[in-house]
Amino acid sequence: MSKITTIEKALEFVQDNMTVMIGGFLGVGTPERLVDALVKKGTKNLTCIANDTAMPDKGIGKLVVSRQLKNAVVSHIGTNPETGRQMNIGELEVELIPQGTLAEQIRAGGAGLGGILTPTGLGTIVAEGKEIIKVNESEFLLEKPLKADVALIKAHIADTDGNLIFYRSARNFNPLMAMAAKVVIVEAENIVEKGQIDPDQVMTPGIFVDWIIKG
Amino acid sequence: MDAKTIIAKRVAQEFEDGDVVNLGIGIPTLAADFLPTGVSVILQSENGFLGLAPLDDLVADVDLVNAGAKPVSIIPGGAVFDSAMSFAIIRGGHVDVTVLGALEVDQEGNLANWMVPGKMVPGMGGAMDLVSGAKKVIVAMEHTTKDGKPKIFKKCTLPLTGKGVVNYIITNLCVFEVTPAGLLLLETAPGVTVDEVRTNTEAKVVIGPQMCIMPIV
Repeated sequence: MSKITTIEKALEFVQDNMTVMIGGFLGVGTPERLVDALVKKGTKNLTCIANDTAMPDKGIGKLVVSRQLKNAVVSHIGTNPETGRQMNIGELEVELIPQGTLAEQIRAGGAGLGGILTPTGLGTIVAEGKEIIKVNESEFLLEKPLKADVALIKAHIADTDGNLIFYRSARNFNPLMAMAAKVVIVEAENIVEKGQIDPDQVMTPGIFVDWIIKG
Repeated sequence: MDAKTIIAKRVAQEFEDGDVVNLGIGIPTLAADFLPTGVSVILQSENGFLGLAPLDDLVADVDLVNAGAKPVSIIPGGAVFDSAMSFAIIRGGHVDVTVLGALEVDQEGNLANWMVPGKMVPGMGGAMDLVSGAKKVIVAMEHTTKDGKPKIFKKCTLPLTGKGVVNYIITNLCVFEVTPAGLLLLETAPGVTVDEVRTNTEAKVVIGPQMCIMPIV
């Protein structure tokens, strides 16, 4: 079965109240066509797990502006004033997580781990309400895995089997999120036939990818 | 010399040849412009690569930006990776020096730079991981707020980024080392007196036995 599909068909998998992971770092490496189509579709009450909420006119920021998010699980919102505004009036719940912790929580979600132990956040409000575990006399926070219903991923090259190559700093959270969601939709700048990517160059194996649309 | 240049020049002297360095947005980033002769460092960008360099005269690549989303370039021999690898490098002790700004810093080495409750909540981004994992943590900032109020305290009042994590504080007035006895005054900037440092610092200032003038030109 071919994994190449249309945006409309791919986004049928994104429904109200779902948890969606979206790749990108301040919009770089975010699948903009998928985001634009999701804005157009108007899916509501989404929980978005992402590095940040980008800018009002870029990446995940557009989903904030269109008020489609009920929760944002991110490390940074400072570049999008609309996120702060909605948070302050109680329209959007924002959970701020240290970036390295967020990356490992997503990786843990995809890797079948029960969580990760990190020193990051000890002695800060990030540690509040979390279990502290001592290993060899050092303290760590137990941070639980994160998973999603759908991941929206941006790749530089996809082959028709879904093997992916990312480009420069557009890689960021994309390979991790591709492991941690039930349905993984990739927006690829270039699509090639299977066999066209050398197996040693594959960054995300095609088994993680369900659908591919042309970016 | 303006305050930012003083700070950036002094920060650059903290680097040793071959160090892996992560520079925060703003004044810390300027330090890369003043590396001492014979010192070259490998700049880490927490959005996922080693070998960050200023944008050269080539056309900007929209997919190659620093952690502040500004276009940059990557040196020959650079390496790109995902966010988990990036923070394995940061958290795992593979970054020699990290330089960050601060809203508040205190004599116990506590740092606050990610939120002001009720006013400004940008988020911690990678800062909490950086201060928890880097071998040397330097706070680089103007000594006081824009209206002249202290930023260096006995005890931070804002939510912390890290507890007991700061090693050095470099400002336009002086260099402090964080020690169990308090903030050890190692250097004063040219033309700055110890009294000026004390007046502008709420924390306990201990005069270092080898205190000298900041060696910047």
